[in-house]
Amino acid sequence: MTTLTLAGAINAGLRRALENDPKVLLMGEDIGALGGVFRVTDGLHKDFGGERVVDTPLAEAGIVGTAIGLAMRGYRPVCEIQFDGFIFPAFDQITTQLAKMHYRSQGRITLPVVIRVPYGGGIGAIEHHSESPEALFAHTPGLRVVTPATPADGFAMIQQAIASPDPVLFFEPKGRYWDKGEVDLDAAAGAPEGLGVARIARAGTDITIAAYGPTVATALKVAEAAAAEGTSIEVVDLRSLSPLDTATLAESVRRTGHCVVVHEAPVFFGAGAEIAARITEACFFHLEAPVLRVGGFHVPYPVSKLEHDYLPGLDRVLDAVDRALSY
Amino acid sequence: MSQIAPPDDVDLIQLLTPTGQRVDRPDYSPRIAHLDAAALRGMYRDMLLTRRFDTEATALQRQGELGLWAQSLGQEAAQVGSGRAAAPQDMIFPAYREHGVAFVRGLELTKILRQFRGIDHGGWDPKDHNFHLYTLVIGSHTLHATGYAMGMQRDGVVGTGDPQRDAATMVYFGDGATSEGDTNEALVFAAVNNAPVVFFCQNNQWAISEPTSRQSRVPLYRRGQGFGIPSLRVDGNDVLACYAVTSEALERARSGGGPTFIEAFTYRMGAHTTSDDPTRYRSAAEEQYWRDRDPIDRLLALMKAEDAVDDAWLAELDAEATAFGEHIRTTVRSFERPSSDFMFRNVYAGPHAIVDDERAWFEAYQRTFADAPATEGGH
Repeated sequence: MTTLTLAGAINAGLRRALENDPKVLLMGEDIGALGGVFRVTDGLHKDFGGERVVDTPLAEAGIVGTAIGLAMRGYRPVCEIQFDGFIFPAFDQITTQLAKMHYRSQGRITLPVVIRVPYGGGIGAIEHHSESPEALFAHTPGLRVVTPATPADGFAMIQQAIASPDPVLFFEPKGRYWDKGEVDLDAAAGAPEGLGVARIARAGTDITIAAYGPTVATALKVAEAAAAEGTSIEVVDLRSLSPLDTATLAESVRRTGHCVVVHEAPVFFGAGAEIAARITEACFFHLEAPVLRVGGFHVPYPVSKLEHDYLPGLDRVLDAVDRALSY
Repeated sequence: MSQIAPPDDVDLIQLLTPTGQRVDRPDYSPRIAHLDAAALRGMYRDMLLTRRFDTEATALQRQGELGLWAQSLGQEAAQVGSGRAAAPQDMIFPAYREHGVAFVRGLELTKILRQFRGIDHGGWDPKDHNFHLYTLVIGSHTLHATGYAMGMQRDGVVGTGDPQRDAATMVYFGDGATSEGDTNEALVFAAVNNAPVVFFCQNNQWAISEPTSRQSRVPLYRRGQGFGIPSLRVDGNDVLACYAVTSEALERARSGGGPTFIEAFTYRMGAHTTSDDPTRYRSAAEEQYWRDRDPIDRLLALMKAEDAVDDAWLAELDAEATAFGEHIRTTVRSFERPSSDFMFRNVYAGPHAIVDDERAWFEAYQRTFADAPATEGGH
């Protein structure tokens, strides 16, 4: 086992993929000599060269659109979008082209393209640098949408995403980039199908918190705090929004009878709405309270001095837990 | 008001005048010197059968057999000339009215009509003829072509000096597409990577109802120059000139010389699609101006002047076109609606719990109607 940050673990996973498959290439802005603005590609340009770790022009549609062409030619491009709020120039290429090519070609074309997106807030950033647009992509058929919460998952899931025959939106919780964890660098990454499987991050009996990406650590802190007061919280790390592992979550909620969904994105029309609807349908006679959601408000991501009021922190999640349990 | 004729200050590359006289150009005439009478007849046949296909498809739409049709009428020279310059190993990315290019690449043209009949989104394997599916989102595929060309560079099939091996991509788009961000980004990526891609812009003067003056204040080919890409304007109704400039551009790309931007100055003689009504935005005089420059008549005039064709051959071609038309009509009418599960197939290459569950649910739901009489639209 090796102790790595999430950023370091994704870096190690990218390095492994570049070593194992000569068709893998990285594309993005400033990912070369600089190593990316978050240093996730640190050292890869030096070791694999500019033909495989490609500094692209500043054009997000261009990055994704040329990645599509490279994938048609047999390559496995891994694109970095520098920040969540900069993905929208590429939105058309992702949703009308990347997501649909396998379908419209009746399976004749596969596009194994990964789009890495540092996302989420909590880092005191200026506007457009803290957003959580994952629901927009989960709403698009043809895409897989995943997000790791731990260094171990960062290492394994980036390799699974690259091995996937389908396009994958790989959302990296940038506020957790420097969180450390144990990673087994000798472990095989596992089959790409594993990408869609949720995990029980902490076992509990009274209530289930469904979280993903940056809010998994929040949920674990909530569980720790609640345990001191005698409440046993189970934390489910969804890992994937498309597909969504409803079965693992529903199994948990049938045991606990309560569910709170936590994400940073605005609650209104967010992933939590879909999860709540599915859990309500799957667990209706086991639920002792409505599925509650905690997340961002229906406002643009606020100024950084207010972001801790906007983000679902310990207190707001605990409040939702209390409301669900006292319903 | 649209621009009927090219402005005087533009070097319009032309090897054949509208009345069918050859123009001698030391830079481009050598590129067509090998085209003998048989080659000219081949080009004429490609253009004539493309037009027949287009005419049949338009009629089929009017009869309710197709949901929509996008005509290639008037653009046959631009498409056949450029398409014939491509090698089998070159990869072509069409927009959605490149029926003439499809024909030259050897695609069974009725496969195109599957999409317009609403039974699939692209009915052929792009690998079969190195001819990608039609792309309807304007300009999107210019980036795919550029990325594909970047892949060719990495695969070592550019600049080896082996004419059987060296390859390039060519992407077709229209005047409207030159305003799209994707097209401009494709030019950026192609330029900085020196990618082997030919940007073949068919300026047919109209983006549905908008003339090129709504797209640009400079001739379109000059947009390519701004990216540091060799760019030129060719008479798009002159099949010989289109062939010459495209063969030069593809040769440069395959040899490692990078991208070229070609503006083929032509005219959309038909409507944008069968849903369009050009009488609302352009004049009869303009349409007549371009009818007088019909690309097919122009080549026929040359062939007659050079005794490259006789009445027997033309009669034979006429019979072939008649049979081709019958084949198109019969084939399209035999296309059947796919079964409902077709919509669930190939959303993902791997398993996906949401789609898999919805498909299973819908199949079970449909089985509940097993005793009911079938309806056209399903349940």
